[in-house]
Amino acid sequence: MTRKPRTSTGESLYPRLEPLLAQVQKPVQYVGGELNSQVKGWDDVAVRWALMYPDAYEVGLPNQGLMILYEVLNERPDALAERTYAVWPDLAALMREHGVPQFTVDAHRAVGDFDVLGVSFATELGYTNLLEALDLAGVPLHAVDRDETHPVVVAGGHAAFNPEPVADFVDCAVLGDGEQVVGDVTDVVKAWKEQDRPGGRVELLARLARVEGVYVPRFFDVAYGPDGAIAAVTPNRDDVPARVAKRTVMDLDEWPYPKQPLVPMAESVHERMSVEIFRGCTRGCRFCQAGMITRPVRERTLQGIGSMVDRGLKATGYEEVGLLSLSSADHSEIGQIAKELADRYEGTNTGLSLPSTRVDAFNVTLADELSRNGRRSGLTFAPEGGSERIRRVINKTVSKEDLVRTVTTAYANGWQQVKLYFMCGLPTETDEDVLEIADLAVEVIRAGREASGRRDIRCTVSIGGFVPKPHTPFQWAGQASAETIDARLKLLRQAINSDRRVGRSIGLRYHDGQPGIVEGLLSRGDRRVGRVIERVWRDGGRFDGWSEHFSYQRWTTAATEELARFGVDLDWFTTRERTEHEILPWDHLDSGLDKEWLWEDWQEALAEEEVADCRWTPCYDCGVCPTMGTEIQIGPTGRSLLPLTPV
Amino acid sequence: MARQPEGPPPPPTVQKLRLRYAKRGRLRFASHRDLARALERALRRAQVPMAFSAGFTPHPKISYLGAAPTGAASEAEYVELGLAERRDPEEVRARLDAALPPDVAVLECVEAAEGTGALADRIDAAVWRVELPGVALAELQPAVEKFLASGVVTVAKRTKNGLRDVDARAPVTSASAVDEAGCAILHMVVRQVTPAVRPDDVLAALAAVADLRPPLPPRAVRAAQGRLDDTGAVADPLGPDRAARTRCQGEHAAARPAEPVA
Repeated sequence: MTRKPRTSTGESLYPRLEPLLAQVQKPVQYVGGELNSQVKGWDDVAVRWALMYPDAYEVGLPNQGLMILYEVLNERPDALAERTYAVWPDLAALMREHGVPQFTVDAHRAVGDFDVLGVSFATELGYTNLLEALDLAGVPLHAVDRDETHPVVVAGGHAAFNPEPVADFVDCAVLGDGEQVVGDVTDVVKAWKEQDRPGGRVELLARLARVEGVYVPRFFDVAYGPDGAIAAVTPNRDDVPARVAKRTVMDLDEWPYPKQPLVPMAESVHERMSVEIFRGCTRGCRFCQAGMITRPVRERTLQGIGSMVDRGLKATGYEEVGLLSLSSADHSEIGQIAKELADRYEGTNTGLSLPSTRVDAFNVTLADELSRNGRRSGLTFAPEGGSERIRRVINKTVSKEDLVRTVTTAYANGWQQVKLYFMCGLPTETDEDVLEIADLAVEVIRAGREASGRRDIRCTVSIGGFVPKPHTPFQWAGQASAETIDARLKLLRQAINSDRRVGRSIGLRYHDGQPGIVEGLLSRGDRRVGRVIERVWRDGGRFDGWSEHFSYQRWTTAATEELARFGVDLDWFTTRERTEHEILPWDHLDSGLDKEWLWEDWQEALAEEEVADCRWTPCYDCGVCPTMGTEIQIGPTGRSLLPLTPV
Repeated sequence: MARQPEGPPPPPTVQKLRLRYAKRGRLRFASHRDLARALERALRRAQVPMAFSAGFTPHPKISYLGAAPTGAASEAEYVELGLAERRDPEEVRARLDAALPPDVAVLECVEAAEGTGALADRIDAAVWRVELPGVALAELQPAVEKFLASGVVTVAKRTKNGLRDVDARAPVTSASAVDEAGCAILHMVVRQVTPAVRPDDVLAALAAVADLRPPLPPRAVRAAQGRLDDTGAVADPLGPDRAARTRCQGEHAAARPAEPVA
């Protein structure tokens, strides 16, 4: 008998947790019971999911992806889903001292008792928090050490498009949209359990590997060449596909989730309700992984959006609705959406917001509608590159004149505060490209003062280091070193401060270069990087996205010591430019993008050539639609918002 | 000059409602700010017609009175709402109670009576009940006696401006120990002072004077708040509003012709 009896009862750990809560910071984040949360009976379902966002509760709770899957799974009568988040070190220490394992916040059940642990990685900086949670849960860190009594650890989210750095720690990674694949995974787990777990854990993973979009790293062997690069990635079973393709949900109106958004008692990073108005983006910004891996564009219709906003506001009591997407002003009906929603919520102090607006898609009418019933706080634009030249390289083309004119118009129409987002360390970038940000900001303030007749307008420049990402044309680029980033940011700061009369109206917010290098290692790393992550976690690394917890020294030491045996190092993974035919760690994972097209687009970037959006110009053969059997779904539908039915 | 939003000013407050609510169970771990956010959202879900402040960032008119600390439960938290339309207080109570999480209970709602003064002026003390799991009455009793017999008991308290020494003895007007099912319970009345002396500070004082160190975290419940009277009891802060209302109804009744008694 190798199989241990399954003894999990789904018993609540709360009585053991409660005495610890009196001793920690912000205890309310661990108690659950949020508005619209659900607890189902442990024995009433066949398959139990624990869904983790591997960061603090205040960051994880508003995450749309997790909220959607939580509802989709809980709507199934044969499944339940509960949530768990990274616990802060103060509670983690007490949990270890008192033997309390990682728990879900819904019913305070032990994470180790669940069938599946789904972890959503929006950023790679959550990897050490996964290891911490596994360890607290009593689940072996390494997938190969787990048996049938342990949950299947599934990674999802954008970072799962290169899960190789965490390949040792996860059992599967799911590529693409999660709404449908979680149901398929549930079906497989349910059938395997009902058949009394034939073939043990390996058979379950083999069955999962045959689900479209599910990648099981252990079924692939990676060989390395003498130069340190990957020589081959080959499946070691003949019953799993050699390439894993992402999942794509078509017709967003059929998936109006979250229907009942969770409302936390504790403060969170987004104090608003969000409605995803479309998914995907074909603007073609070359740095943007999200825009590349979520193609094609699929719009929710005006009516679909209207009913989600109505239902969500009633269910939550929020006073602000964020209209989310990768570039919300690009929705084919955005003007009508903003106007008709503003009409509907006239006089209710309900605000609408877009996360950020493209300079070329902004107009005052739209901005006026968005702020009609709410707060006219600030506007955010993301030119990303400081000079017109670098904006051609990244394919986010906007002329300096247009930028200044747009921002000036905003000031003239009563906005006092404009935020501009930039990146530093873009491919081909020079000091001059970055210094143009200062010129731009100065000109924006000068022209804005003149146009508005006010001196109290402000412009905040927010800038961080660029990290090349997998499945983008910049996946071959050499990342700028932390020293380069820091030196350019210093020059920019000096340039902004050199003219004090204008400079005091300009705020500069920046992130220094070191965390970006670690993110770069984790983004484009391969399986050898897993040793570095584990070492950093063993040395105390947690919450790497938080500056007060991040230690660059801990990462560089671990990288040096753990990678030396392979003849590679931190620079090899980050600042090194890749050649055309190098096998990249994620080449066997299919986002639909044709690698040859990506390379051509990279060459065009270097030649400072632009590519237009395929929504409005002919297809440029990125490869996604034919490979995935998908198509662009956009309006306008020509319909109007339906009147609300009285309650 | 500060800019003003276009359009007419928001409608004024036409009715003030005063609420007593409880925070219990898991939500004793909610902070004052957490509860304030939850209340504002619940008011929207319950469609209570709140009055709003003017300006670019209108806020609903809500006045909070000194909240129980994070980690302490309470049966007596008070808040005052300004409404832009009149509503039946009991209806508001019921709707709000239904819209709030189960561990927050809206216990009373009365209309503020004119001329009876501010709610804040009717609260200067709190009644606390502190459960001390793992502590026997035989340990707590002498500790409380020793504490009460002390003139001044200084404890270090963490405040916004760092650690500060405060006297935990003076604000405690009464304290007693009882036993319930083998668990010692500390009852006490504590006056409002600045910086506030809370159950944690009194427990620190018991540790200082009698070396009482509970093996498990104590559980504090604020049982009541109000004005300390001469007998050492606290008066119901909503009493004057209720009394004025009864008086008012009585006057109406008196003005009507007497009805025949069956």
